[in-house]
Amino acid sequence: MSNSDFVLAIEDLTVSFDGFKAIDALTLYVDKGELRVIIGPNGAGKTTLLDLICGKTKASGGSIKFKNNEMTKLAEHQIVRSGIGRKFQTPSIYENLSVFKNLEVSFPRGRGVFGALAFKCTDDVKARIEEVAAEIGLADQLNTEAGLLSHGQKQWLEIGMLLMQDPELLMLDEPIAGMSVRERELTAELLERICRNRSMIVIEHDMDFVKKIAHKVTVMHQGKILAEGPMDKVQNDPKVIDVYLGH
Amino acid sequence: MSASEMWNIFLMQGFAGLSLFSVLLLMGLGLAIIFGQMGVINMAHGEFMTIGAYTIFMLSSLTETYAPTLTPYYFFVAIIVAFILAFAVGWMAEWALIRHLYRRPLDTLLATWGLSLGMQQIFRSTFGAKEVSPTLPEWLLGSWAPAEGLDIPINGMFVMGLTLLVTAGVFLMLYRSRWGLRVRATVSNRTMANAIGINTKKTDRMTFAIGCGIAGVAGAAFTTIGSTGPTSGSLYIVDAFLVVTFGGAASLLGTVASAFGIAQTQSISEFFLTGSMAKVLTLLTIITILMIRPQGLFALKVRR
Amino acid sequence: MDKLKKWLGTSDMAGIVVLALVVFVVLPGTVDIFRLNLVGKYLTYAFVAVGLVMLWGYGGILSLGQGVFFGLGGYCMAMFLKLEASDPISTKIQSTPGIPDFMDWNQITQLPIWWEPFRSLPFAILALLLVPTILAFIVGFAMFKRRVGGVYFAIITQAVALVLSVLIIGQQGYTGGVNGITDLKTMLGWDIRTDSAKYILYFANAVLLFGAIFACRAVQRSKLGTLLLAMRDKEDRVRFSGYDVANFKVFVFCLAAMLCGLGGAMFALQVGFMSPSFVGIVPSIEMVIFAAVGGRMSLVGAVYGTLLVNFGKTYFSETFPQLWLFLMAALFIGVVLAFPNGIAGLYESYVKPWLLKSKAPRDTGAPTAQVTPEATPATPPRTSAAPARALDSAPSGKQPDGVGPAVA
Repeated sequence: MSNSDFVLAIEDLTVSFDGFKAIDALTLYVDKGELRVIIGPNGAGKTTLLDLICGKTKASGGSIKFKNNEMTKLAEHQIVRSGIGRKFQTPSIYENLSVFKNLEVSFPRGRGVFGALAFKCTDDVKARIEEVAAEIGLADQLNTEAGLLSHGQKQWLEIGMLLMQDPELLMLDEPIAGMSVRERELTAELLERICRNRSMIVIEHDMDFVKKIAHKVTVMHQGKILAEGPMDKVQNDPKVIDVYLGH
Repeated sequence: MSASEMWNIFLMQGFAGLSLFSVLLLMGLGLAIIFGQMGVINMAHGEFMTIGAYTIFMLSSLTETYAPTLTPYYFFVAIIVAFILAFAVGWMAEWALIRHLYRRPLDTLLATWGLSLGMQQIFRSTFGAKEVSPTLPEWLLGSWAPAEGLDIPINGMFVMGLTLLVTAGVFLMLYRSRWGLRVRATVSNRTMANAIGINTKKTDRMTFAIGCGIAGVAGAAFTTIGSTGPTSGSLYIVDAFLVVTFGGAASLLGTVASAFGIAQTQSISEFFLTGSMAKVLTLLTIITILMIRPQGLFALKVRR
Repeated sequence: MDKLKKWLGTSDMAGIVVLALVVFVVLPGTVDIFRLNLVGKYLTYAFVAVGLVMLWGYGGILSLGQGVFFGLGGYCMAMFLKLEASDPISTKIQSTPGIPDFMDWNQITQLPIWWEPFRSLPFAILALLLVPTILAFIVGFAMFKRRVGGVYFAIITQAVALVLSVLIIGQQGYTGGVNGITDLKTMLGWDIRTDSAKYILYFANAVLLFGAIFACRAVQRSKLGTLLLAMRDKEDRVRFSGYDVANFKVFVFCLAAMLCGLGGAMFALQVGFMSPSFVGIVPSIEMVIFAAVGGRMSLVGAVYGTLLVNFGKTYFSETFPQLWLFLMAALFIGVVLAFPNGIAGLYESYVKPWLLKSKAPRDTGAPTAQVTPEATPATPPRTSAAPARALDSAPSGKQPDGVGPAVA
């Protein structure tokens, strides 16, 4: 099978910190339009995997191919520009800027020094910002300073900032941590909506939430893949129950 | 010039470099504790060295006036007093100033620069603008000639010994004592250290003061190779910071190695070039290396 | 009156207009040419302070080597002026006429090759802008691409300042050594030492300074300005939004360096000499305090800060030389501990709320321009001014550095 059928093809990926292998010869494929959820106990290497894909950590070996292009040698901003967006575990937004500015800065135009100097917030940019703001439910908060938003709204804003870039692969690290039940429902709906024309990788611990959104689930343990497949199959896998879900 | 003469000059220049090495290392050690361990940019570190140097001068004057017979011995006591005085001032500085500025490293830099200006003016008002030199004990002067045409100054060897002693002491304290354990715990995780009952505030103050105390000893060593003025310390501050960064901020071994490297480069190139060009050459070399390898020589591998 | 006060309170142009009045009208109208020349000298330092607002306040990058760029700009200008002052006729008593006097004193018999191009004014102008910028580019590129920042950057720039000052002092024959390049007389035949020349240079300098302020203001209001603030607080988020963070840092460092070079050149023109005493570590850190006193986020504040510190320095070091260093020490410590936002911060928290508040009782002749901090309630600026400014991306005082609301 050719790798080009997948949006993301990770093969034999390894990273070690002073001999400790946080990711150990890991192989993973993500389809176009797929929403993949990665679960696993703490320290399984889930966040490290995302770090590797987006270039925050450099791999010791193996390959990461995005749309058939090797990513492991690229700088972070080049990876982003080729279409991978990443949300961090704790909401990472510009607290001192307004919601509008947060989204505007994330608009993928004027990314060079002189491009940024010449950048004008034209009508199409404004329209896009309003569109995204409506999507994440912050349409009436555009002028609010981002730091004043609630925790859940901050999480949404960061997702919105990623949507501004219209990435083909969106990676979310625990997007619903610290959210209320209602917020979780809204987030699940949001993820379903935005997944329609892109692939996503989501790290999550909340099993109900995972059930609701996942197309396929990957269980990681000690830097390796323990099981992979649809949620109900994975849920009944004795190995998974053993190390993660519990009896 | 014959080969052996060349060799002798090379050796003597090397030994001259050892005195500079000692001062740089003592400055660097104190700073490695304050900057490398605590992350505080102490621009007044040079002035703590000056405190040590003036202490030697004061005690030498006192000894000469009141107990001339003790002149050969005062130096040992003076070194300890230099440490204690610099320690005490450091303790107060931490209490009055530094403790408000943790986690704001660039602001610490400005505030301690202010502190250094104030201290310089105090020195100037107290001791005058002219440089002073203590009367060194007889036995420190003169030189040792193990071979024809080879003179090794005794003060250099004494300072060298003192430096080795202090370095060993710092290593032992940091890696073998309770205090060292507390410092290292506080450095790697302040909140956790607090939670398990380490008084991090007290640890900080102690650490800062010890770093300053060591600078005081550096001042004592300094008096054997130069005369002391209000701004003597500030001449060494950049070198001291470079020693620490070049060695890799958190590595004491790196501090030792880089102090040696810098002092020897400076001292040996001084033989071929003018003093100022030797300095330029040394600094440029360090800057270039730091640009290529910003983490310094002995960086710890940190999982980020 | 009320309208004026409201405008003063809300528009960020107001600060610039008031400063322009002070610089172009009040000072030239009230002080003699000797003092005005002094003010002109201080205003050349203001270029450095304005650059530091961009670099340090907005970019979060503290350079302790801005004197290097100021010095390079100044030396480029001084070299041109010195060559013009060293024509063979006026230097005929030298053993080698036609070369600068200090070269002659150092037994140099021929003009060094790298001095030659400085006979041309266009070259000198280009050099005074580009030499600092290129050096900043090299240092910045090497450091920022390797993600060296913060304290390490400060230490390296400080070392660069030390290197350059030692080099200039050491290479007497080529640089004039510790005395610097002195006795600058004419520029293309125009005597820069006369009173009329000093007036013209003062105004030229002021115009350039306002040009610099407007340029920086434009950068602040562009997306690049927003990105600088964003980078200062969440560098990784900017990087993972597809920006090459290092490029922006290099840009702002180069911008600040170029401004320093311009300031240095205007210094050489107005004061008539250039010396290494503006290059080393001490002057470089002193320049940081100008920006800090004015308010590290405020371009206009930086100019006031520069003027205030330098007036203070001149006054005290003449009258109470002993006191001056203590005062300077207090400034450094105070501005960090008590007033992290400097003069601009005080203005934001005391004057501005008062300006905005008193438009309510419209009937009474509200107190005129006499602004007394005591008369104003100590309302935090955010409550009154925040909604109007939310889009303007003013950073709040919440972060650890305590960087406060911006005034342009």
